[in-house]
Amino acid sequence: MPVETTASGIPIYAVPALGPALPEIIMAVGVLALVLYGALRGERSTGVVTAAAIALMAFTLGFVLTMPAETQITFADAFITDGFARFMKALVLIGAIVALAMSREHFRRAGIDRYEYPLLILLAAIGMMVMISANDLIALYLGLELQSLAAYVIASFHRDNARSTEAGLKYFVLGALASGMLLYGSSLVYGFTGSVSFPEIAAVLTEGANPGVIFGLVFIAAGLAFKVSAVPFHMWTPDVYQGAPTPVTAFFASAPKVAAMALAVRVFMGAFLTIVDQWQQIIVFIAVASMFLGAFAAIGQRDIKRLMAYSSIANIGFALLGLAAGTQQGVEAVLVYMAIYMVMTLGVFACILAMRRGGVELETIDDLAGTARTHPGFAFAMAMLMLSLAGIPPLAGFIGKYYAFWAAVEAGLVVFAVLGVIASVVGAYYYLRIAKIIYFDEPVGAYEPMPGFLRGVMAVSAVFTVGFWLVPAPLVAAAGVAARSLF
Amino acid sequence: MDNLLIDYLPLVVFIALAMVIGGALLVAPFVVAHSNPDSEKVSTYECGFNAFDDSRMRFDIRFYLVAILFIIFDLEVAFLFPWAVVFGELGWFGFWSMMIFLAVLTVGFIYEWNKGALEWD
Repeated sequence: MPVETTASGIPIYAVPALGPALPEIIMAVGVLALVLYGALRGERSTGVVTAAAIALMAFTLGFVLTMPAETQITFADAFITDGFARFMKALVLIGAIVALAMSREHFRRAGIDRYEYPLLILLAAIGMMVMISANDLIALYLGLELQSLAAYVIASFHRDNARSTEAGLKYFVLGALASGMLLYGSSLVYGFTGSVSFPEIAAVLTEGANPGVIFGLVFIAAGLAFKVSAVPFHMWTPDVYQGAPTPVTAFFASAPKVAAMALAVRVFMGAFLTIVDQWQQIIVFIAVASMFLGAFAAIGQRDIKRLMAYSSIANIGFALLGLAAGTQQGVEAVLVYMAIYMVMTLGVFACILAMRRGGVELETIDDLAGTARTHPGFAFAMAMLMLSLAGIPPLAGFIGKYYAFWAAVEAGLVVFAVLGVIASVVGAYYYLRIAKIIYFDEPVGAYEPMPGFLRGVMAVSAVFTVGFWLVPAPLVAAAGVAARSLF
Repeated sequence: MDNLLIDYLPLVVFIALAMVIGGALLVAPFVVAHSNPDSEKVSTYECGFNAFDDSRMRFDIRFYLVAILFIIFDLEVAFLFPWAVVFGELGWFGFWSMMIFLAVLTVGFIYEWNKGALEWD
């Protein structure tokens, strides 16, 4: 807030409180130091920079978890930390740490283990943390672009590979278009409400919305739908997932999805909560469309990365159904869903990264044939993760879906919850087919030995998936606390 | 109304001066310059490309790199000018905000220099 002005009318700003943004500041200072180290040491520094990046994110994760849960606002109301931000930042950092740690071995074999990769992951993580803590439209855009620009580069990180460069270019062009729509919507919302700050927009909108604001809202929704890859803005997802190097795909499928959902929750539940009737129908439509497209389009897929892309589209649909409820319970469902989804996705990608034979990455689902006989542990973990993604009780994926449908039903969206169940049944076909290929088809040959870390991720993910119904309380309680902080 | 127009008088003077100097520089070569044309000299200048050619042509990726690097520092200057104009009134917060911004840019500059992005061999 301007306290006073100078002789020529320039407001004098007091130094804002830096405490609430300390995790981001630590990350930013750390990444700059690592850029310098990498630039001065050259390509030899890859190992050190990767380890330092993981350590930096782990330290920040510890720091985020020890931050006070009460709401703090700083930087002229642009930046907010609360229980919700803490929960989401912890998820994002875990996702980024695991995705980065899984990449090293793979990149070394592909001959692309450069020190820029961990730096870009760090920059993307900072962007995602800013997205989660955004309390106005400017912070929203800054965070989103910081994350997206890093993501465009790492999508084409294997730059001698035509598919990878194509993925990066497609992602960039479509992402720039989505950012443009988001900005256009933001400018309309600013123009019609007179503020960029979420609480102030919400205050203005208590008297209802005029068509200009709704117009802006639709454009913002379109931009956000692109970032979470919801139908009808999902076109880029299969191509980018398939083209990007597999560890990069693992990253895209985990942390950025969580951050983009957090951003959607911030915007719709923070700025536009009072006109829930206006956006509920939009979110319901993209949720249902995503669920069905994800379910039907994956049926014909043989490429497992494309299949996971459609799976992520469908899963985002289920999470959006929780958001569409527009209630505290709905937000809680989104949080539980995204946490479970992220763990499952990382587990599946650990399995996909382990699918190598004779130094070649295997990418079709037929390469999983008969692994139950050659690699029983791997096969069990993969099958459990697939059944969980399909939503078979009592696995974790079922519980996530249950929360989302429950929130939708409580909010009166019964029809759409039923549609969600139907889409889930259709989607179960392709997950079950993978389980069938693993257990009942003839084995083709053994894979190369699985690196230790991938084995660990796979095991933790499988144990989480199978055992979640026994001890759901910690995660559900944390999500409840996080959701309450928004209301 | 008259006051408003008088405020714009310096602008009129400036435009007039610009036209005179521009015109003089255009005309002077015809009168005084040594003339020895060859095909390279008389062709239209277009940043290293042929001016009239197929637009779907390959060009060196380093053009793109230089353009990107240029934009970064161009924007830096765009931020620095307004900052410099009111520098005396900004206080320490304003000063250090810009110093941090410049430090971040410098880190990027060291990176690109070490990567050899500034060399055109």
